[in-house]
Amino acid sequence: MGYVTLREAIVTAAQVPWQILRDGGPRNSRKEFWALKDVSFEVRQGEVLGIIGRNGAGKSTLLKILARVTHPTTGRAEISGRVGSLLEVGTGFHPELTGRENIFLNGAILGMKKVEILRKFDAIVDFAEIDKFLDTPVKRYSSGMYMRLAFSIAAHLDPEILIVDEVLAVGDSAFQKKCLGKMGRVASEGRTVLFVSHNMPAVVSLCDRALLLESGKLAAEGSPASIVQQYLAKEMSTSVIPLDQREDRSGDGSARIEFLKVESTDPDKIIRSGSRLKLTIGYSSDRSVQRPQFVVSIYDQMDTGIFLLHNDFVGGLPETLPSRGSVTCLTDPINLTPGRCYVHIELLKGNVRADLVPYAGYFDVEADDLFGSGMVPPRDWVLYMLGHSWWLNED
Amino acid sequence: MNLKPNREMPEYPGLLIEEPNLSAPADHPAKTIIEPPRGWQVINLREIWRYRELLYFLAWRDVKVRYKQTAIGALWAVLQPFLTMVVFSILFGRLMGLDTEGAPYPVFAYAALLPWTFFSGAFTRSGNSLISDANLISKVYFPRLILPFSAVISMLVDFGIAFIILIGMMLYYGITPGAAVLVLPLFLLLAFLTALGIGLWLSALNVKYRDITYVIPFMAQFWLFLTPVAYPTSLIPDRWQLLYSLNPMVGVVEGFRWALLGNPYIPGMPLILSTGAVLALFIGGLFYFRRMENEFADVV
Repeated sequence: MGYVTLREAIVTAAQVPWQILRDGGPRNSRKEFWALKDVSFEVRQGEVLGIIGRNGAGKSTLLKILARVTHPTTGRAEISGRVGSLLEVGTGFHPELTGRENIFLNGAILGMKKVEILRKFDAIVDFAEIDKFLDTPVKRYSSGMYMRLAFSIAAHLDPEILIVDEVLAVGDSAFQKKCLGKMGRVASEGRTVLFVSHNMPAVVSLCDRALLLESGKLAAEGSPASIVQQYLAKEMSTSVIPLDQREDRSGDGSARIEFLKVESTDPDKIIRSGSRLKLTIGYSSDRSVQRPQFVVSIYDQMDTGIFLLHNDFVGGLPETLPSRGSVTCLTDPINLTPGRCYVHIELLKGNVRADLVPYAGYFDVEADDLFGSGMVPPRDWVLYMLGHSWWLNED
Repeated sequence: MNLKPNREMPEYPGLLIEEPNLSAPADHPAKTIIEPPRGWQVINLREIWRYRELLYFLAWRDVKVRYKQTAIGALWAVLQPFLTMVVFSILFGRLMGLDTEGAPYPVFAYAALLPWTFFSGAFTRSGNSLISDANLISKVYFPRLILPFSAVISMLVDFGIAFIILIGMMLYYGITPGAAVLVLPLFLLLAFLTALGIGLWLSALNVKYRDITYVIPFMAQFWLFLTPVAYPTSLIPDRWQLLYSLNPMVGVVEGFRWALLGNPYIPGMPLILSTGAVLALFIGGLFYFRRMENEFADVV
């Protein structure tokens, strides 16, 4: 890497005005909206920086500015080193061209020289696993093949600074693992990486530092674990609002989840490792609810799924529910290590999603002497506590 | 008891062993500054040179795609000027008996249709280039000039193919060009610059005002009538000649005819005026394009 000292400093604000030209004429309907405001940070050479935040927080705009696709309104950035930006995979792919031809085209678009592409050609084809289909037009590829090829070319970019915008969410899980592995390699090779993602576990495992963007402002920066924690905690603070006020729901709206209550069956109502959970869900609809399906997903702080509770699994609810009411779900002892858990609720009518509220609520599991020995594993080791016994074999 | 397990990042299966070396960024500047753009910016020729491979690849892509999709492929490059020539020959050559200054009408028309087809195709593609490659602009950085530029270059291939037919025709009619033919590339360059100049204006405008896409075919048609393709320049009344020659394609077309067919009509004045118009158009286009470039990614 020789001559390069990588120092990327946005000294003052980076602000981008957004002209909405589509509605009536160029100048009349000009709404000013600061996608980013006062975002300043430094990235050292070899650092992997994660950037997280809600949708619309300004992450993509920030990357676009750094990738020079968009210009800042004010501010300044200094970048030392060759930048490769992955804002999308498969940019410039043409369906009529073959895989081989698209490798050259896409490689050139991403900034690779022809000699470079030739040198890496075999590696790209192997990683993508498409050597049988190299000379067929890309329009005949399955979406999986397409994505694999696109990612493979991008993965062989080798710049000193890599800017990645959530492109890891492609392909089947086997390929995703491969991609994560490759990203990890890139990170550990001493390259500087700016990584925007919603994949919290990936951010925590790959990044050295993280930034939290909120509505265009830099809300926090620090270690990935603590930033992710802050992000999820902020998401969760909305759980104290009854669900009828929540805006970030999805579904066709033919029924609504009104509230969620999470309790323990313990006499003192505290949720412990060995407690059974009692969840009460209030709902409402404009008419009686046919074939209701309540799906409760419980996740941990790292957005790892722990439990799925679904009335179709175990039955118990009638085929038709009154238009207003509440249902209760009682679980077996949860056996979770102490820590916070988040609850997502979904309500379906027939098989159609009526309402989905992510992060509807949370609960904290208190430590419990399940084994009777006073020893409890911490949440960052494992999620569950499994009953077990030991003995010495004879002979 | 504090036995923390080994927290190393797990190796995912199926990982390829990649080569460790970095691609040499030999011609990349050590430091990039990102700043809000100010006022009128000059074209950064060094940057265009650095992206020359992309220029080539985009032109290559255009040509490949154009010929892959069609059944007769490369033949299209020839059919358009050739068939037009046939129609013109019948209409204007035979029926109207236009004076073509010594050369047989078909060659007279074709020698003009050759640069004309290049020109109209080039500025049409160029004018639409930013819109049709909008996905590139919003995701990757490269000097945006590359797009209209590569569009014009890709038409040179069609020109080359159609030129072969011209040679065939000239052989058929027994016409051998004089030394003037050496100047032919200059006229082609003039057409190139004109097409690119217009392409720059149109593509930049097209991003803001999408109607331009619909205006382009109309422009092409209208321009054809204003260019001495089917008829000789001498047809234009003297008092209009000066104004008429502001059309750069007048210089190009008459230049082609003079270089190839040895037309007695030496396009002196028209050529000077045409060249002047082209330079104004081209340089103006460059500046306008650069000024609008900053907004492309946001709007496109």
